[in-house]
Amino acid sequence: MSFLIRAKKKISRFLRFFLKKKSARIGIYGPPNAGKTTLANRIVRDWTGDAVGPVSEIPHETRRARRKENIAITGTNGNSIVIDIVDTPGVTTKIDYHEFLEYGLDKEEAIIRAREATEGVAEAMHWLREDIDGVIYVLDSTLDPFMQVNIMMVGIIESRKLPVIIVANKIDLPDAAPTRIKGAFPQHPVIFVSGLEGRNVEALYEEMTEHFG
Amino acid sequence: MMQGVQIDLISEDRLAKLTSMEKIRLILDDVKEGNIIVLEKGLAPEEASKLIELTMMEIRPDGFTGIEMETYPESESVGFSGFISRLIGRKASSRLTVIGPANQLKMIKKEKDLISAWVSSR
Repeated sequence: MSFLIRAKKKISRFLRFFLKKKSARIGIYGPPNAGKTTLANRIVRDWTGDAVGPVSEIPHETRRARRKENIAITGTNGNSIVIDIVDTPGVTTKIDYHEFLEYGLDKEEAIIRAREATEGVAEAMHWLREDIDGVIYVLDSTLDPFMQVNIMMVGIIESRKLPVIIVANKIDLPDAAPTRIKGAFPQHPVIFVSGLEGRNVEALYEEMTEHFG
Repeated sequence: MMQGVQIDLISEDRLAKLTSMEKIRLILDDVKEGNIIVLEKGLAPEEASKLIELTMMEIRPDGFTGIEMETYPESESVGFSGFISRLIGRKASSRLTVIGPANQLKMIKKEKDLISAWVSSR
C-alpha cells in the first residue's frame, strides 16, 4: 500500500513539472459539518502528502477559504488533471453564537467564532461568483439533502454553468442514506464516499479527472 | 393591543419592478423587523447568492441571526410547451418563497408541493 502511495506521489510531482498550465480552481462547497475539510485533507494528502486545515465537531471550524495549489490527480482510468483545491467555509443562511456555547466555548469565543463564520460564508459566496472553475458539493449522507441551502447552492452553481460533482459523504456512519442524495440531484454525478476512512475516494478521483479535465 | 406577526405577501408584479439589490434590501429590512415575507415568485440564483452574502454581513450577536427561507423545488414543464422551453433554453422559474427571521420561522415539513412552517412572535 505504501508503495502505491509513493508511486502516486512520484507521478503527481512528474505531472506538476510538465503540466505548467494554469490549474482549474475546484471549490469544495457544502453546508457546515458535511466533512468538507476532511475530504479536502484526504484529497491533498493522497496526492501531495500535505493537508489543508484542521477539522472539528464544532460547526464552522473552517472560517477562511484555503487554497492548495497544483494538485495533480490521476484516475484509475489513466486520465490526469492538475487543479487547485479551495476548501471553503460551510454555507448557511443563519449563524447564532449560542449554538457554539453548547460545545463548551465561552461567550466571547463563541461571538468571535460567529463573526468569523459570517465573514467566511460571505467570502465563500464571493469565491463562487468570481474565482471558481468547478465544484465538489459535499453533503452529509445522514441528513436530509433537500435542505433549502443545498437547493439554493446547487441552483447557484448550475446558473454559473460550473461543472459539479456531488459527494455523498460519511457513508461510514450507520444511518447514512446516500441514495437519498442521488435521488435529490439526478442531474449531477453523485459519488458515495467516506472522506474520513478514504472509502471509495478512487471513484471520486476518476470522476474528477473526467468532469474537471 | 393585539400581539402577532406581520406577514407581507409580495406579488410577482411588484417584484418585477425592483432591481436585484432593491429586492434583497426589501427582504432583509422586512425580515429584520421580525416580519415574514411570502414572495409570489422566488429569487434568481444570482440574487439568492447575494442575499446569502448580505445576510451574513448583517448578523449581530444578540440581534439578527439570519434568515430561514424555503421554496418549492422548480417545476418542470412537460409536453409540447416543455419541449419548446428546452429548445429555446428557457429554464423553469423559481416559485413561491417564504422568508423569515431564523429565530422566528421554523420549517416543519417540506414536500414538492407543500411547505408547512411554524412562526413564533418575538
